[in-house]
Amino acid sequence: MSGHSTYQPQNKFLQWFEKRLPVGGLIHSSFVAYPTPRNLNYLWTFGGILAFMLGVQIITGIVLAMHYTPHVDLAFKSVEAIMRDVNFGWLLRYLHANGAAMFFLAVYVHMFRGIYYGSYKEPREVLWILGVIIYLLMMATGFMGYVLVWGQMSFWAATVITNLFSAIPGVGDAIVTWLWGGYAVGNPTLNRFYSLHYLLPFVIAGVVVLHIWALHVAGQNNPTGIDIKADKDTVAFTPYATVKDGFFMAVFCILYAWFVFYIPNFLGHADNYIPANPAVTPAEIVPEWYYLPFYAILRSIPDKLMGVIALFASIVVLAFIPWLDTSRVRSARYRPLFKQFFWLWVIACIGLGWLGSKQPEGIYVILSRIFTAYYFAFFLIVMPLLGIFEKTKPLPNSISESVLGAKA
Amino acid sequence: MTIMKRTVLAFTIAGAVAALVLPAAAEEQVTPPKLKWSFAGPFGKYDEAQLQRGFKVYKEVCAVCHSMSMVSFRNLAEPGGPGFSEAQVAAVAAEARIQDLDDKGAPTERSGRPADYFPSPFPNELAAKAVHGVAPPDMSTLAKARTYQRGFPWFVFDMFTQYQEQGPDYIAALLKGYEEPPKGFQLPQNGHYNKYFPGHNIAMPKPLQEGQVTYDDGAPQTVDQYSKDVAAFLMWAAEPHLVQRKRLGFQVMIFLIVLAGLMYFTKKKVWSAVH
Repeated sequence: MSGHSTYQPQNKFLQWFEKRLPVGGLIHSSFVAYPTPRNLNYLWTFGGILAFMLGVQIITGIVLAMHYTPHVDLAFKSVEAIMRDVNFGWLLRYLHANGAAMFFLAVYVHMFRGIYYGSYKEPREVLWILGVIIYLLMMATGFMGYVLVWGQMSFWAATVITNLFSAIPGVGDAIVTWLWGGYAVGNPTLNRFYSLHYLLPFVIAGVVVLHIWALHVAGQNNPTGIDIKADKDTVAFTPYATVKDGFFMAVFCILYAWFVFYIPNFLGHADNYIPANPAVTPAEIVPEWYYLPFYAILRSIPDKLMGVIALFASIVVLAFIPWLDTSRVRSARYRPLFKQFFWLWVIACIGLGWLGSKQPEGIYVILSRIFTAYYFAFFLIVMPLLGIFEKTKPLPNSISESVLGAKA
Repeated sequence: MTIMKRTVLAFTIAGAVAALVLPAAAEEQVTPPKLKWSFAGPFGKYDEAQLQRGFKVYKEVCAVCHSMSMVSFRNLAEPGGPGFSEAQVAAVAAEARIQDLDDKGAPTERSGRPADYFPSPFPNELAAKAVHGVAPPDMSTLAKARTYQRGFPWFVFDMFTQYQEQGPDYIAALLKGYEEPPKGFQLPQNGHYNKYFPGHNIAMPKPLQEGQVTYDDGAPQTVDQYSKDVAAFLMWAAEPHLVQRKRLGFQVMIFLIVLAGLMYFTKKKVWSAVH
């Protein structure tokens, strides 16, 4: 898309360097001259926000790791020492804990946007699948990070989640023992979670590079979903996208700072301020809010193995939607039926999130089954059939026409 | 026994134990009244006099059974806290007896120093359990470890009103919540009826009585006042940098709002050429 670089540095040293390693040209073609559709709305700023959040998490995480001790007797105390004795340790920890929540909030907006505007469709299938891989890695990283605090909810969440693997017939128990490094969640578990929690963000960063690379090959989608046809359909990444991303990143940071400075424990669970105690089960074991929809799917199915399969399938199915969706029109803007099914699906996701925080009993179970059924039906039935039966609205002739009207 | 079975068994046993000692959200819980706290809201600050009174209640009443092992004497003089002077802290610390080793490596007891952590009333959890039946929880993070269900839609409003004082509200209510059990309530032996404790059966007997702790600043020596003061002190113990956090938060907010405003107008200017 971006083609050969037109980067011509004036500085003699930069010219010398560019001949030997064209990093300047790479940056210039990716973040300066790169043509972006001129009609992008603010939902397209979340990619930049996500890159920013990954950076925040890695930087705060590295400093936290300098003070944290991954040992069952010391982990909780070392977190409290960070909160009490490390200079601005409370700030680092609250930035990191709430940063994870903000990271997930942003990734959900990013994913909903991708589905609404059909950003997963040809030619962006690989880009989309890389995104699903990043999301899976984020879930694993977030979960292990939550365990490191070694409070009651950390310990019991680790127990419940690792136990999911025991549902695998035959080898389940052996796998769980192997994951734990023992016969219960204990020091070896905590230690390896720490190791992996430090490793995975860099794996995420690597896949993010591929994600951005794939994006720059295929080009960005846009609210109309139609391809870029002429230069007037685009604007240069800098200054147009840079300043727009920058503005919305500042707005997003206001929300982030609100949580960090004023309600830092709002999204956490009070029980996680009780040190982990294998002898005492909390009255309720709930995951962090960003996993709740999947937790509801897991519990909506009475059979443990089937529940675990449904849980993983609910994420894996995302990787297949470029082929499950048979419609040739990308954007929901021109797909009146898809739009309605999409919003129902959003309601199902939020509903599942709410149900994940409830005890699995009575009406809650019935509701989670209905929402779970719809969650899968949206991908497996609605997406393939709509492409055949839906009568789509006429598409504009070009991106610039959709922005400027027929006069362009 | 397979691991799964063992885990299920562990869950069952542990669940039964939990029902006795932990505040269980699943159980019926009476909503504690919302109190006014000086440290609530975006400009909240701890009330030094209240923290000093709360510390006195903690020291004379709570500390007899409860540990507070992650707080040290020096914290009492740190900014944003109870505001004791260095000399006062040294005097308070000196009253404490600290287990240590002497030069020859033999166990010894010495008087406390500001750098020492608050000594625990029991050498370990088992010893505490042997005396009380249930080990009294450590109080270092207690005010953040206790809460009550806000429910929908209140928890959504809390995001905007910054209501974060569920812990102190619950603790203050619990300390005043001792009552005669209603007719028909089966109170187990060694249990105490408390209106606000989930399940109402609490192991801790009513800890505070009128006039039990002498205040030097003329504040009323009532259970009501003691409960509020000690709950505020526990909040400080759990979140000693709250004042610094909120003050810095205000500065960050001003910065971000100005930044976002400038970015908005820059964006408008830049894009005006293409629209």
